[in-house]
Amino acid sequence: MPYPELMIKPMREEVTRLGVQELKTVDDVDSALASADGTAFVFVNSMCGCAAGGARPALAKALASTGKKPARLYTVFAGQELEATARVRSYLGEYQPSSPSAALLKDGEVVAFIHRHQIEGRSPDQIASAMVAAFEEHC
Amino acid sequence: MSGITLHHNRDDLHGITVVVDGASGRTYVGRWHERQERGVVMKDAAILEPGEDRESWLLKLARFGIPPEHRMLIVPSEEFRTVRRF
Repeated sequence: MPYPELMIKPMREEVTRLGVQELKTVDDVDSALASADGTAFVFVNSMCGCAAGGARPALAKALASTGKKPARLYTVFAGQELEATARVRSYLGEYQPSSPSAALLKDGEVVAFIHRHQIEGRSPDQIASAMVAAFEEHC
Repeated sequence: MSGITLHHNRDDLHGITVVVDGASGRTYVGRWHERQERGVVMKDAAILEPGEDRESWLLKLARFGIPPEHRMLIVPSEEFRTVRRF
């Protein structure tokens, strides 16, 4: 069940203020991801403070610390935009759903994936390093 | 809001993905929710039956994630043996 918007607004903004485009509808997702050319990074945001509380600042650190970035940056809020989140996952092949998580796609294929279990209990610096490694390898 | 958790009165493993070994030989992977008197509550968990290739299964889960075969399950206290982070 989605949380009240008032509760999650700061969590959305922590990501969108980085210049990451939020995908709120199925149409948003298709418009963003149906075009397979180039690199696209999708950050699956989450209410869960256990893991997302580290993942959001990690994204900010990653984007600030490398010149090699995905061409397109997107986010979807799991547990809030249910249909949009399901649609994003339809683009992620056999990767299982988890949130927070992040996927880097290149020409429509997932080339790197950071699962929730790779985020839990890790510092933003550690998570950011994983993101930067993916950016620098594939972007 | 970074770092703020909305979960209170949970143990240290709450929300962490773990591997639980069962006395039956089953292996359970999923998010630890809490320990109750009757057992351990896990969320979005997958189970490997005894006799199957455990290492290959764990490697696949590490790469592709954990299929949420069970949105919530309880590993009974008499089944629970060990737990470690995934």
